[in-house]
Order: sequence, then structure tokens, then C-alpha cells
Amino acid sequence: MHTGKLEIVEITDITEECADVFTVMYRDRTKASPGQFIMVWAPGVNEVPMSLSFIGDEKGFTFRVLGKTTTALSRLGKGDRIGVRGVFGNSFRPVGSRILFIGGGTGVASIISAADLFSPGRRAVAAIGAKNRDGIFFAGRMKQAGADVLISTDDGSQGEKGFVTAVARRVLEREDFDTIIACGPELMLRRVAELASEFRTPAQISTERFMKCGIGICDACSLNGALVCRDGPVFDGEFLLGCDDFGRYRLSPCGARVPI
Amino acid sequence: MLASGILGETAESMMRALKNGAGGVVTKSIGMEPRDGYLNPTVYSFQEGLLNAMGLPNPGMENYKQVIEKLKKESGGIVIGSIFGKDEQEFGALAKTMSSLKVDGLELNLSCPHAKGVGSEIGSDPDMVERVVKSARTHASVPVWAKLTPNTDSISSLAISAEKGGADAIVAINTVRAMAISARLRMPVLSNRYGGLSGKAVKHVGLRCVYEIYESVHIPVIGVGGIYTGEDAAEYLMAGASAFEIGTAVAERGPQVFSAVNRQLFAFMKKEHFSTIGEMIGIAHRQT
Repeated sequence: MHTGKLEIVEITDITEECADVFTVMYRDRTKASPGQFIMVWAPGVNEVPMSLSFIGDEKGFTFRVLGKTTTALSRLGKGDRIGVRGVFGNSFRPVGSRILFIGGGTGVASIISAADLFSPGRRAVAAIGAKNRDGIFFAGRMKQAGADVLISTDDGSQGEKGFVTAVARRVLEREDFDTIIACGPELMLRRVAELASEFRTPAQISTERFMKCGIGICDACSLNGALVCRDGPVFDGEFLLGCDDFGRYRLSPCGARVPI
Repeated sequence: MLASGILGETAESMMRALKNGAGGVVTKSIGMEPRDGYLNPTVYSFQEGLLNAMGLPNPGMENYKQVIEKLKKESGGIVIGSIFGKDEQEFGALAKTMSSLKVDGLELNLSCPHAKGVGSEIGSDPDMVERVVKSARTHASVPVWAKLTPNTDSISSLAISAEKGGADAIVAINTVRAMAISARLRMPVLSNRYGGLSGKAVKHVGLRCVYEIYESVHIPVIGVGGIYTGEDAAEYLMAGASAFEIGTAVAERGPQVFSAVNRQLFAFMKKEHFSTIGEMIGIAHRQT
């Protein structure tokens, strides 16, 4: 099957990007595109989907420590072995010559490789938001890629005080873009999709859902019938606005539809 | 038809299978209470198939009602409600509720190979199979299909018991109990250790089971296990299946697999001079 054989890989490096946010690096020559994800198995704990924040032969994924699995992953070190399946899902596309990147929280990890790859030679602006200054990461990498970086925090401890979508709105008011590339909490992403629609700018939005199989059969990640693992994780903003569940409901592990 | 356990959590995903040429869909197996299933890894895939131990995740009958109602209302397609329980009482209660939702049939999961106290743990006992089918049959107002396990010394005796209990059809097979070990991690891959094998790897087990069952009972047999192409489907029909379900191939080919298999099956029939599906059913028994 072409559906993602399990590979056991050795961790080559693990770094703390900011408070509680870690990047795990490993070597794997599978070809990957920006926005794609893998299923990461922390042996004996659980297997979870992770967007790739580095997509070369040296790959990496970046996560915030939230539960058992991410805690276990954060405690691993160089030489430790983990399982990876994939690469899965579709990817971001470079559209036109002007791109607005919008990243909220750890969502920045999903769009960073797109920024790396698409920014050189284009007009690129990156709006990055977090709850506070301790949650900002990859701002330097965005800048290095060639993007103008605008930072916002909910509490104003770094950059502008407020939501990243407010910054994005102001950018869109003064400048035209050919595409928006975004990832973050779903309520933020719904707002991004609305902004994109208002400013008539096509948006590529990376979504997140609870996943089991990663290969399009278990239906756990269904978003109004679109499978986030196989049809996504990147969807067109207009398509997402047409999904009743986007920004409103998700499926719980048992498959019940619950409010976000 | 879409086999149970694949894309069966939401109405929209099952509608996709119908739109892509499935003649009907079988829902995820639904039990009395919500159930999260096992932790990941729940799947392990390889060239010839798939190993899974999902652990029967489902939102429970009460929550699932809205899925069936939406599916029936918006698709108008054939919907078979799959149910599982720990004994004949649970199967009876679920059969009653599920059939009240106007499904077109019930599939009794007597065969999940990796869940404790349900599935094949009760479905490999012929007496239990008869009791469960009888109870479901009594409480259901629609046809009842018994989905049997190949993890037994005689699937025919299970089929005979299901027929005695009043089953309207037999579905064979569910997955084959199996496991995967990661040599480099020196441990089982699936969080539940044991899972069910499906896909190309089990086609010949499925064919053998359907062939045996066809000779043992008088009710129709529905074949499932490793059907990827029209010719695979023809083999099941020739072994004695009157219809077939597709599961694992959806992972590899997406929901379009249904229309592809239909197209290939009709092309095969034309080439081999069959004018109806009926002419193929059980023909392999007359050639030996």
C-alpha cells in the first residue's frame, strides 16, 4: 500500500524553541512538501499527528507540551528512537508573488516551511501571534526566510497587544496579496477565512482534527465529510466557510460531534 | 457496499461512498454506550494489507441516531446499521433502536477480533451466535445479517447457527487476528498488541470462507476481504457471494474505488460472456 509504512528513526536533535515548545529532528529522506504531516509514535505512549516544521532530509516537527504524548516526546534525547508514518496529506502552494502568512500559537510550526520555501523572491509578510512573549517562536526564521514579521500577543508582552487577526486585517487593508497561508487555533482560522473572503484573497488554511489512522479510512478526522488526513490538512478558505463544523464542532475520540 | 468500520463515523463520508458508486453503506459498529477505542497506534500498513485495532470507537446508539437520520434523509441510499454488544439482550435492544431509524438492514458484528467481551469473543461460540441472531431477529423489523469471524476452526458451523437463529444473510469475513512487531523497538506496534488483518493478505481466506459457507447454508452470503478490483469481486461471486463489501481498498484508492470496481466487474462480465451477476454466483461450485 502507498499508505505510509511505519519507519523507526533516531532523534538527531531536540531543541526548546520557547517555553514548552520543542522541535524534534530526525533523518528521513522521504520527499515532503510544506504543510504535510506525519504520524509520530512515542513508543509505549501514543501516536499523534504532527506537521513538519523542517522538510529536508533532516526533518523536524515542533509541538507544545500539552499532554502525555508531548510530555514523553519532550523528554526524549539524541539517539532515542521514535516511529514515524507518512508523509501524509496535501500541502501549501506558492500562488502569485505576494503572500501573507498568518500563524497563531503552535500553528506557526505548520506554515514555517512554506515561509522558508516561498518567501525568497516574493513579497512576504508574516503575522505571528501568541498568548504572551514566551509563546513566540520561529520569528527569526521567518525573517531569515525574507518575510516582514509582525508580532502580536494577547497580553501585549511582545509586539502589538491583541489578536493576530487584527494585525492581519490592517495588513490586508493597506496591501493586496495573492494568497494567505495560515494555521492556528480553529476559531482564529475561521476569522482568517472570513477576512480572506472579505478582502477577496484566496486562503490556504491548515486545519487540525483528532486522528487515528492518518490514511483516510477511520473517519475520525472528518470535517463535514472532508478527511483532514487525506483531503487536507490544507483547505481553501471558501471551502471551509461552507463547512458547518469549521470553527464550531469537532468529533471527539468516540466520534460524537461536540462544540469546539 | 462500503464495509463496516471504514468511513462510517459521519453521514457525509458515507454519502461520499454512495456518490462514488457504492450500492450501499454499512455503518461503523454501534454499541450501547460511547466508546473511545484504543490509543494509537491503531493501524499498521504494509504492501499487502492493513492491520488495525481501533477498539470499536463509536459515539453510542443515542448519539449516532442523528447520523443515520441525516444519512437516510439526505442520501436516500441503502444503509445497513452495524451493531455490536456483549450478549443477546444488548443486541436485541440495539436491533430495536437501529431498525426504528429506518435502516435497510442490520449487520451484527459477531467478529471484531480485538475487543474484549464482544465481537469474535462471543461470535466464535455457535450457541451464542444463534442466541444473538435470534434476539436481534425478534427485535428487528428489517433483514438481519450476521458478520462472522474467520478466527475459528469452523466458520460453517457459525453460519449454520446464524441461519438457525433466523439470519437473513451471512457476511464473511471480518479481519484475521494478527499482530505486528517492530524489530527495532523490540515491541508490538499496535497499542492493543493484537489487531485484525485485512486487505490483499486475506482475500484467499475470505474466498475459502465464503465458499464453505455457501455449501452449508441456504441464505445469501455477502463477501468481504481483500476486494480491490472487479476480478476480485467476481471471484467472491463465483465462490458464492450474492453481494460484496469493500473496506481496506478505500485506504489505497479512496472512495472512487467503488465506481472503479463496478466498471471493472462489468468489463469482466462482458469479456467472459456473463449477462447477469446471478450467472456468476456460486459458479465455482459447479465446476469442481
